[in-house]
Amino acid sequence: MELVVSDLAVERGGLVVLAGVSFRLAAGGALVLRGPNGVGKTTLLRTLAGLQPAVAGSVSVPPESLAYASHADGLKAVLTVTENLAFWAAVYGTGAGAVAGAMQRMNLAALAERRAANLSAGQKRRLGLARLLVTGRPIWVLDEPTVSLDAASVELFAWVLRAHLASGGAALIATHIDLGLPEAEVLELAPFRADGPALAVAGGFDDSFDGAFG
Amino acid sequence: MIALLLRDLRLSFRAGGGFGLGLAFFLLVAVLVPLGVGPEGGTLAKIAPGILWVGALLACLLSLDRIFALDFEDGSLDLLATAPLPLEGAVAVKAAAHWLVTGLPLTLASPVLGLLLFLPERGYLWLVVSLAIGTPALSIIGAFGAALTVGLKRGGLLLGLLVLPLYVPTLIFGAEVVKRGAAGMEIGTPLAMLAAITAGATALLPFAAAAALRINLR
Repeated sequence: MELVVSDLAVERGGLVVLAGVSFRLAAGGALVLRGPNGVGKTTLLRTLAGLQPAVAGSVSVPPESLAYASHADGLKAVLTVTENLAFWAAVYGTGAGAVAGAMQRMNLAALAERRAANLSAGQKRRLGLARLLVTGRPIWVLDEPTVSLDAASVELFAWVLRAHLASGGAALIATHIDLGLPEAEVLELAPFRADGPALAVAGGFDDSFDGAFG
Repeated sequence: MIALLLRDLRLSFRAGGGFGLGLAFFLLVAVLVPLGVGPEGGTLAKIAPGILWVGALLACLLSLDRIFALDFEDGSLDLLATAPLPLEGAVAVKAAAHWLVTGLPLTLASPVLGLLLFLPERGYLWLVVSLAIGTPALSIIGAFGAALTVGLKRGGLLLGLLVLPLYVPTLIFGAEVVKRGAAGMEIGTPLAMLAAITAGATALLPFAAAAALRINLR
């Protein structure tokens, strides 16, 4: 189980923002992506998650192994904490045991019957991260996972992350703060910045439309 | 897939979910038309099939933009697209959920509203049959339109403009079934056309809608 990215170029809004990104993420490893705002961290993660095509380069990843967590938590405000997690457990086929375990580990058990609308921002974030545990996927792709978490919750999350890595998982994290993971490697993205449309976006709209069917 | 269907149904029945919105609109149309046209039974009976079908169509249109927009806003559409569920399946399931909370109640309520519009006796069966066969097409075509406009703020107007022309064949054949049924004529041809539109739309449009979603999620 290994995520290998070689010579990847990604675009946002028709402009190539990053080019020549290469790295390797093996089981048990964590890679922290750093870089100033707008450098393309989110775009890179969305490309890896398969939400948008790469402009150039290749991504090799075992099938059905990525779990993506974006800025937004994807919570339904009118559903309870349990219902929100149970839905994702059903989609990923992991079952009710995974829901209970995830709530336990992200310290959400006391909020189980609370509707997501009535959670604080930090609690929502914890619920969003608990979804990762529910997916049962080994490689986590995380976009700013610690936004709106307090110090105790960041520590809790780092502890959960470390347990995930110890059990053979891997994590790719875009973050500005120090998660307290000394073993994590850091990839500074600024040197890969592609200024302007250095690479022509292959084919334009028609090709990308065809690509959507492929 | 069943989990997604149950979630969408649950969401629409909870507060602010919009269940009953289409039904209420349909009711309003059927109540207001006799007031506007006048209580003459003959006129109402003549226009009843058309009014009922137009009402059902507009009621469906009312809740279309919710199919994907809400999931897009809270980020769950991104997560659904990266989930092990095929996006085509997700589109079909969400359209089915839309039909269950709009098309099905409309179909079940239509005989009562037919009564308000002096629909001839022979027409009731065909009204229910034509709505039951035709409204799934409205939901699936609508899901396609909603997928095309999902990233747009206030895309509701554009959605209406995109979808209404696609609704026209369903409207024509659906109203024709009821009109002929009420007049005691042969209904085979329009009914077959109506069923063909629904079957064709159900088979093809989930793929088109999923492709549109993938482009809009970039």
